Amino acid sequence: MSAIQPNVREPVSDELALVRAAKRGDDKAFEELVRRYDRNVFRIAQHITQNREDAEDVVQDAFLKAYGNLAQFQEQSKFYTWLVRIAVNEALMKLRRRRPERMVSLDEDVKTEDDSLPREVADWSPNPEQMYKQAELREILTRTIQGLPAGFRTVFVLRDVEGLSTEETAQALELSIPAVKSRLLRARLQLRERLSRYFQKRASGDGDQ
Amino acid sequence: MKCSEFLDELTNYLDGALDDRTKSELEDHLAWCHNCYVVCDTTRKTIEIYRNSELYELPDDLRGRLRSAIMSKCAQHKKPGPQGV
Repeated sequence: MSAIQPNVREPVSDELALVRAAKRGDDKAFEELVRRYDRNVFRIAQHITQNREDAEDVVQDAFLKAYGNLAQFQEQSKFYTWLVRIAVNEALMKLRRRRPERMVSLDEDVKTEDDSLPREVADWSPNPEQMYKQAELREILTRTIQGLPAGFRTVFVLRDVEGLSTEETAQALELSIPAVKSRLLRARLQLRERLSRYFQKRASGDGDQ
Repeated sequence: MKCSEFLDELTNYLDGALDDRTKSELEDHLAWCHNCYVVCDTTRKTIEIYRNSELYELPDDLRGRLRSAIMSKCAQHKKPGPQGV
């Protein structure tokens, strides 16, 4: 078994040049940064807020905040990591407004009861994606990830969907590296377990699963 | 390696972040422990399915509208001067 291949993003070699130009007032340079990262910010925002309109607002608000605070960006991290931090905070604020009855934070459900090995280990069919039509699969994936606590969902999306490194994820979420790793493991295992209900091999008889 | 130790190292293993010795111990474990093999394999598939799923892509027309709105607000923002967070 081999390691997961990292998600490759566009090269960032000229990112700093764009940021510096934008700091000097070059709006075309800032627009290029928007063009480069708007899809990522939208995905992250929609994963966190689970709401399309909120995600659209987050894209606008995050870039506007970045623009208004460019002078404060110290260039000690990648611009993208700094932008993600702003976007995650904006998205969490939206989520809190929508769900005032629940305190939503990146720390929620950190103490889970489940540090044990997965109990029911069912193998998946060889091609689980082919068991469902595309639209059905999207529905399953959406419903499954939406069931995760926001703190787990966010770490999973940044690390595994967007391809940030553990260190970048820790920076973006202002978490420690062990905290990122712990949440990532739990998020991955919880998603795996939930998807197993759909993807596990059909029992050969009349199915006692 | 015990099953609980395998679980502790699973994320590092899938991310290719293990030293050679621990990786070899983990793979020895996977060779005989079917449950852990399945957990490892299906966790990897979970990550790959989400990574390839393109669940929330930004449609081109919406993308254009958002970018126009952002840049027009940026231009307005320039006039009054810097703003705090």
